[in-house]
Amino acid sequence: MRRLFAGAALLTLALTACRLDARDDYLGDKDPKNFDLGHSPSPEELAAINIDVSPNGQGLPPGTGNGADGAKVYASACASCHGANGEGKPPAYPQLLGGPMGASVDFSKDYKIPRTIGNYWPYATSLFDYIRRAMPLTAPGSLTADQTYAVTAYLLSREGLIPPNASLDAKSLPAVKMPALERFVNDDRRGSIGGKAVR
Amino acid sequence: MIGGAAAAAGGVLLSQLPAAAQQKATAPPAAPPPVAPPDPTKIPGAPTTAVGTRSPFFTPARAPVGEITGTALTPLQDLSGTITPSDLHFTRIHDGIPTIDPSKHRLVIHGMVDRPIELTMDDLMRFPAVTRTHFVECSGNGRAAYRTPKPDMTPQQVDGMISQSEWTGIPVDTLFHEVGVQRDAKYFLAEGGDACLLARSIPVSKGRDDAIIAFAQNGEPLRPEQGFPIRLLLPGYEGNTNVKWLRRIKLGPEPFMTRWETAKYTDPLPGGKIRWFSFEMDAKSIITSPAYPKRLSGTGWWPITGLAWSGRGRISRVDVSTDGGASWVEAELLSPLTPKAMVRFQYMWQWNGDEHLLMSRAVDDQGYVQPTMAQLRAVRGPGTDYHFNPIRAWRVARNGVVTFEANT
Repeated sequence: MRRLFAGAALLTLALTACRLDARDDYLGDKDPKNFDLGHSPSPEELAAINIDVSPNGQGLPPGTGNGADGAKVYASACASCHGANGEGKPPAYPQLLGGPMGASVDFSKDYKIPRTIGNYWPYATSLFDYIRRAMPLTAPGSLTADQTYAVTAYLLSREGLIPPNASLDAKSLPAVKMPALERFVNDDRRGSIGGKAVR
Repeated sequence: MIGGAAAAAGGVLLSQLPAAAQQKATAPPAAPPPVAPPDPTKIPGAPTTAVGTRSPFFTPARAPVGEITGTALTPLQDLSGTITPSDLHFTRIHDGIPTIDPSKHRLVIHGMVDRPIELTMDDLMRFPAVTRTHFVECSGNGRAAYRTPKPDMTPQQVDGMISQSEWTGIPVDTLFHEVGVQRDAKYFLAEGGDACLLARSIPVSKGRDDAIIAFAQNGEPLRPEQGFPIRLLLPGYEGNTNVKWLRRIKLGPEPFMTRWETAKYTDPLPGGKIRWFSFEMDAKSIITSPAYPKRLSGTGWWPITGLAWSGRGRISRVDVSTDGGASWVEAELLSPLTPKAMVRFQYMWQWNGDEHLLMSRAVDDQGYVQPTMAQLRAVRGPGTDYHFNPIRAWRVARNGVVTFEANT
């Protein structure tokens, strides 16, 4: 009987050790509801960093910009790396515009097929989000909301996804239809046995 | 060819940047030639020092250096065991390595939670920690060897975007418990505090499973290029999702669709499709010796050794072939088999002086067998080379010269 208990205890120990939850590993039956560490961020603290933009437009700031204004922003802030016509300087600075369009384009055939905003990006909101996060490379965060809308509008219009000189704002940007969206499929590799049956 | 590796990863050398972005990359001073006394047993040695250094006879280095977007690859051919020395851990950065004062760093967790919190580093260190050994591999690992293969590529240049450390940190699940993640939250955004605010959407289930907010690597605080003071560590997931300099976690109902999970790090498939959220790194292995630039000095016994790993679980077996895959033998595994961690394998081989093609093939505990290059290309097409895990081969010539053979 004692051996059975010892075995059960060992098994429990082994099962516990497998779980990553530190609460189980280190707290045992202490299990406080919370550690009550840190503090609630103030609305101001949150606003300063809560910058992400979702495909439904959540997170987009007030403001507006059109392609004509965006062309000026592009020329001064983007063209030195991405080229006057978005041709980029691959591989260091990606090509943004002018990739082949249409459902017949198959990127799996050749990695040299340019993956541009018009043929590869599934959401227009991602473009705004990325520019606001990271661009221009040498002065990230330096564009105003209006400038970011404007340069986004310029790039989308150059790819033929919105009319030339159309304005974009928090309402119209999420409504822009990106043809690449229908290309994306979920990961189906789980359960693959590799080898000749690789996915 | 190191330039090729950088180029394939989208590297930007400092010299290519507009002048404003150029900061001088300090070149390491040329090491003096090692001097050893004729008989070290006859004179006292050196006194103790505050911080140790490598033997002057061993000078491994990452490459290339001096970039602010791009990679610096781990010299796999110079290393033993499975732990990558922290200063040689591969680096992939998107707008430089930030300098962060830990006393000013904050981690905010908010969104679909009951109790949003902001934590200082002091706060974070009061939670119970765990220590785990895991690899981190860039999903672009192996691209340069695919796009611009050359016989004179080293393991570093072929697959140097993998490294392994013992990581210590707070389980994400512990913090999820602390903030009260709401039932409908399915993804969390992990955002870094670097100059591009790199951000990725991660399934909440991964956070609950084995994700760690790591503050230490191999017994000391993270290196700056590995995310000092904290990074997300997602065992087995592609490197890019292991967000460094972590400053914010936001819970939401769906992926946030950042640039790094849509326009990049996605896998084109035949028929015009593109696979996204392909997080797990499939089983892979590479022989690190003998490999270029090593030259076999003579016939006889040689260890064939290398590394194997799987992002889905434990490695269960590594096979080695010395005849280009016509026959395989099981290698010895030298280190403990833990999930989502590299193991070192070894196979003692008696070289007869003939030409041989050496290969390794990893099998994991999910029954997954590392495929050949041809098998990968047949299914995914020649234009897809993220999450790229083909069998690697090294050709041993009659003169003992070992070169990289890309096609398997």
